[in-house]
Amino acid sequence: MLVLSLVTGAVFPLVLFAIGVFLFPYQASGSLTLLREAVVGSSLIGQDFTGPEWFQPRPSAAGKGYDGTASGASNLAPTNPALKEGASGFVGIRELAAQYRRRNGLAADTPIPIDAVTRSGSGLDPDISPANAFLQVARVSKVRKLEEDRLRQLVAEHVVQPQLGFLGEPRVPVLELNLALVRLQAAAASQTAR
Amino acid sequence: MSWLEYTVFIATVLALVHPLGSYLARVCERRRTFLDPLLLPVESALYRLLGVRGEQEMSAVTYAVCFLSFGAGCALLLFLVLMLQRILPGGPADTYLTTPMTVDLAANTAVSFTTTTTWQAYAGESTLRYLSQVLGLVAQNFLAGAGGLAVGFGFIRGFARQSAATIGNFWVDLVRSLLWVLLPLGLIGSLALIWQGVPLNMSPYTLAHTLEGRTQVIAQGPVAALEFIKNLGTNGGGFFNANGAHPYANPTPLTNFMGMLAICALPAALMITLGQLTQRVRVGWTLLSVMVVLFIGGLAVCDRAERAPPPELADLHLVGGNMEGKEVRFGIGESMLTTVVTSNTSTGSYNAQHDSYQPLGVLVPLTFLLLGEVVFGGLGTGVYSIVMLALMAAFLGALMIGRTPEYLGKKVTAAETRWIALYVLTPPMVVLVLTAIAVLTQAGRAAVSLNTGPRGFTEILFAYASCMANNGLVLSGLDANNVFYNTTTIVAMVAGRYGLAVLALLAAGLFAGQRRVAPSSGTMPADTPTFGLLLIGTILLFAAVSFLPALAMGPIVELLQR
Repeated sequence: MLVLSLVTGAVFPLVLFAIGVFLFPYQASGSLTLLREAVVGSSLIGQDFTGPEWFQPRPSAAGKGYDGTASGASNLAPTNPALKEGASGFVGIRELAAQYRRRNGLAADTPIPIDAVTRSGSGLDPDISPANAFLQVARVSKVRKLEEDRLRQLVAEHVVQPQLGFLGEPRVPVLELNLALVRLQAAAASQTAR
Repeated sequence: MSWLEYTVFIATVLALVHPLGSYLARVCERRRTFLDPLLLPVESALYRLLGVRGEQEMSAVTYAVCFLSFGAGCALLLFLVLMLQRILPGGPADTYLTTPMTVDLAANTAVSFTTTTTWQAYAGESTLRYLSQVLGLVAQNFLAGAGGLAVGFGFIRGFARQSAATIGNFWVDLVRSLLWVLLPLGLIGSLALIWQGVPLNMSPYTLAHTLEGRTQVIAQGPVAALEFIKNLGTNGGGFFNANGAHPYANPTPLTNFMGMLAICALPAALMITLGQLTQRVRVGWTLLSVMVVLFIGGLAVCDRAERAPPPELADLHLVGGNMEGKEVRFGIGESMLTTVVTSNTSTGSYNAQHDSYQPLGVLVPLTFLLLGEVVFGGLGTGVYSIVMLALMAAFLGALMIGRTPEYLGKKVTAAETRWIALYVLTPPMVVLVLTAIAVLTQAGRAAVSLNTGPRGFTEILFAYASCMANNGLVLSGLDANNVFYNTTTIVAMVAGRYGLAVLALLAAGLFAGQRRVAPSSGTMPADTPTFGLLLIGTILLFAAVSFLPALAMGPIVELLQR
């Protein structure tokens, strides 16, 4: 038993380490994203963006929101009134939808993609749906004084299509989109300076 | 789009069963395989170290005793690792380990991971050190999976052999399952996961400075070492709290698809192994067809239930399916595929939170748990999950036409029927009694506070059904880390793993002693669509008789209350 435990619990992971870290060092260390040599996050792990100048992620139930050490979900049933109406310390979907519409200047009956107002399974969902991203373009454009068409193009460039054409759903990784936004703004600023 | 994915998935599983099933038959029968030059020396070295005499055959009783003592030993070892994790070096700083490793939690986790249940009353990133995850949990993911496969081999021999007093050697089956099946496939699969982005490191948790000027701490660890074998060994417990929904554990739709294949391929292939070794391949295909029909049925209901937004939210003008508790990269399609796969295969590696599912979306996985993991089932254990019910179907069918029941060329006499009946009656006795105790006690009810009413009752029923099925899926609204649930779920896990395996092995031992009879005019053939339908009817009938009242108080009444 001890022998077999060591084979599977020590020898196997060590062999995997030797090969895996050698072949895929970036992934093995957590796909960390750098900007000017500082870690700004992981391209796989969602993080919070609250300012109006950013594309914003889904609501999160991980800790106090996007806590990378406390993954988790709301676990509320759709038949539980708290999910829609909220409870102490928990913002319900009705309020989330109102906030989303207010923030993005949408009418009360504008349909909004459901991922924008629901909490993910992990609380660390790095993605939003393309429809959700496109609805945020007008706001980001106004705050950052960037052309809407250029931003729409930026979002379109960052849509990840289903893998192999049929696996999963189209999605937009929020951190990568916002990093691209930073680069775009820097490029635009240097152009005006010239 | 999702139906294309569902179709490709089922087609891939069916394409793999023949090559994999033949390979497993070779591993089981100790025939030559292409890995022999590499593995035979390791095998004999291990036997020398362990003191195993490879040629020694065991009776069903001895085989079962070895299986039991192996499970007990593993559980004790894991318990010690967990209790002593304070002194293990490396891993997250103590400030992040906020859940104390109490004796009841350690005992629950030890039983859970050695029975392939991997019910997790804790959150990985706030409870465990890296070395407890690797030395403790990764090891048990392999060993418990291999133990299950060994029992599957032993059970198959009961039908493959004639007038035999023995059904193989447990230790040989265990070692060969590890060396020829789980370790090589586990290595390839784990590397593929790292390629797709699953981390493998021993670093402290990463401190990131976000673009908005705030900080985020990101949990790290040797995640890839666990995340593939948890599926391949049909265990299912994740490295992190969110399990397969966590983007480090399951970063892309492709990793999810691979995980689902890893879960289903071997248990499905064992139907072909069973068919080949009993020289009745068509019977194996019949069992597989029954599984696929039930699988597609469950998938269709689940997909339909979750594809629509909850009616409660109708006035908010939302577009899309029920995305509460689901990840964007998986959407409804891959979440449903995962729900149906994991609820059927003793593998609780969910990628969406079932407690936020619609009532029908909960009813489907709960029903599959209560059916007894007959669709593909756990690795190795899935063979007897379906065959024991097929024996029951043969018995019922023979009663209707007044003949002695036969299956796979063996007569089902009174002696075997005793074990089969006990096997069929055990799950309802355990699940319903434990659920009743929980509902009747303050300690049991106290855990249900997030969702109340019928959903709260469903959470309790689901917990015991999951532990009895050695599955580990959970409706996470249930507050499970307390002495009451940590101890009562142990009862269900032990009964589901050892109780059922021992009954199945005892029956197999009796069948091994029989001669195989040639089909006569009075034999009801077991490789026809008629038998398939009879089997589906039997499976559904037994579940309905046992569990319909309980289901009515949970998801069904929740559905009707809307």
